[in-house]
Amino acid sequence: MRARRAGPTAVLLELDDDNAVSAAYDLLTAARTEGTLSAADIVPAARTVLIDGVTDPDRITALLPAGGPSAPSPAAGSSPTIKIPTWYDGEDLDDVARLWGTDRAGVVAIHTGTTFRVAFCGFAPGFAYLTGLDPRHHVPRRPSPRTRVPAGTVALAGPYSGVYPTPSPGGWQCVGRTDARLFDLDSDPPALLTPGATVRFVEAA
Amino acid sequence: MSRLSHEDPVLEVVRAGVRTTVQDLGRPGFAHLGVPRSGAADAGALRLANRLAGNPPGAAGLEILLGGVRLRATRAVTLAVTGAPCAVTVGDRPADPGFPLAVPAGAHVTIGRATAGLRVYLAAGGGIAVPPVLGSRSTDTLSGLGPRPVRDGDLLPVGPVTGPPPAVDVAPYPPPAGELRLRVWLGPRDDWFTASARDTLFSSEYRVSAETDRIGARLTGPALARAVDGELPSEGLVLGAIQVPANGQPLIFLADHPTTGGYPVIGVVDPADIGLVGQARPGTPVRFTPAPHR
Repeated sequence: MRARRAGPTAVLLELDDDNAVSAAYDLLTAARTEGTLSAADIVPAARTVLIDGVTDPDRITALLPAGGPSAPSPAAGSSPTIKIPTWYDGEDLDDVARLWGTDRAGVVAIHTGTTFRVAFCGFAPGFAYLTGLDPRHHVPRRPSPRTRVPAGTVALAGPYSGVYPTPSPGGWQCVGRTDARLFDLDSDPPALLTPGATVRFVEAA
Repeated sequence: MSRLSHEDPVLEVVRAGVRTTVQDLGRPGFAHLGVPRSGAADAGALRLANRLAGNPPGAAGLEILLGGVRLRATRAVTLAVTGAPCAVTVGDRPADPGFPLAVPAGAHVTIGRATAGLRVYLAAGGGIAVPPVLGSRSTDTLSGLGPRPVRDGDLLPVGPVTGPPPAVDVAPYPPPAGELRLRVWLGPRDDWFTASARDTLFSSEYRVSAETDRIGARLTGPALARAVDGELPSEGLVLGAIQVPANGQPLIFLADHPTTGGYPVIGVVDPADIGLVGQARPGTPVRFTPAPHR
């Protein structure tokens, strides 16, 4: 673990792997809930957690175990699994099937058979980067991005799976679509998929 | 937003100008869900306008790019104009920015073209009362959250007055700087750059390019060379982060910046200097100085 300053009121914690990111995020959000940490934003990402809007950035690492957190807290896996009903009819389904050495049904079986976890959010409100795919099933981005990917598109890129909450340009491989509402201002929290959540895709009839 | 609220509209937008948005101090606290902070690009100017209008500092006002706006008050209201300097008229009389302006019912208010800087701020006693989204009335130009930009013919509601204008009747504030001197905290990724790139950052003159908006200001000048090749996994970004994309030309992130980014951030502009960047026109020279550690 390494703490890097990001201006006078923020620290970027660099961690060894995504399990350590998840563990640090859990510990820091718990510290904020308990009142031992005051921070405006705690933002997990692929290998880092940003703690922004803090008065004493040099004190942050004292909130974490020496040497850095390593495993998600036991509380982490206890939240209910969020199920995303998905129609597997994406434009890149055949390309993904070829990359995985299987057919369309094989892609559906692998994708619905994987337990995903929200590693972090970004790109757009409610866009969650989901990890859990076996490294054999990581796929490159499309050679050229699409100018418009519809809301609800289920897609893959690198180690991640994700769902576009709103229409936007995008370079991920599109395998399906859902009518789940990924971002809803009337919900609290407004995002369906929040960091640490467990997610399964379910084939929609 | 022709009528976004049940409250009586107070400001009729006769002419909306090139780009006018409702802004308060933004919606921090949702970055972990991918929601940008947003808020006034020159937060100090909005706070001052609110103080002059008798509002709490975080009340919503108008952020007016380059001025050129005409409003009509449907009831008596206290207005205050700050930020980029511009001529102001109430009715047919000239009025001064930086003062509380008592606007009678039915009067037209004209915000002239900004003579320097980029963004004029207008506060109304009671605050612009469009419905908040995730705790903020700010228009976020990156994600589209918050009210859409203001258009000709909009009727803007104003909330109940919470306090009188301050006893001090003028608040002097400096005009936008001709050359920016921005204090910079190195990091978090200064070690991704060569030692000479860090020297270059603090010894060279950059200029604000034409690509400056609420998301960020791209600069042009000597390229900042990387010491580490390869891709940086996306990581959280702070306001004022100086990100250096592949072409080596720095970009300073402003209010509507994305929550995460995948190019290394060589340093962070001190929050006290961010408003200067939000007011800097294309061509403005920029110099960076190390921030004193505190």
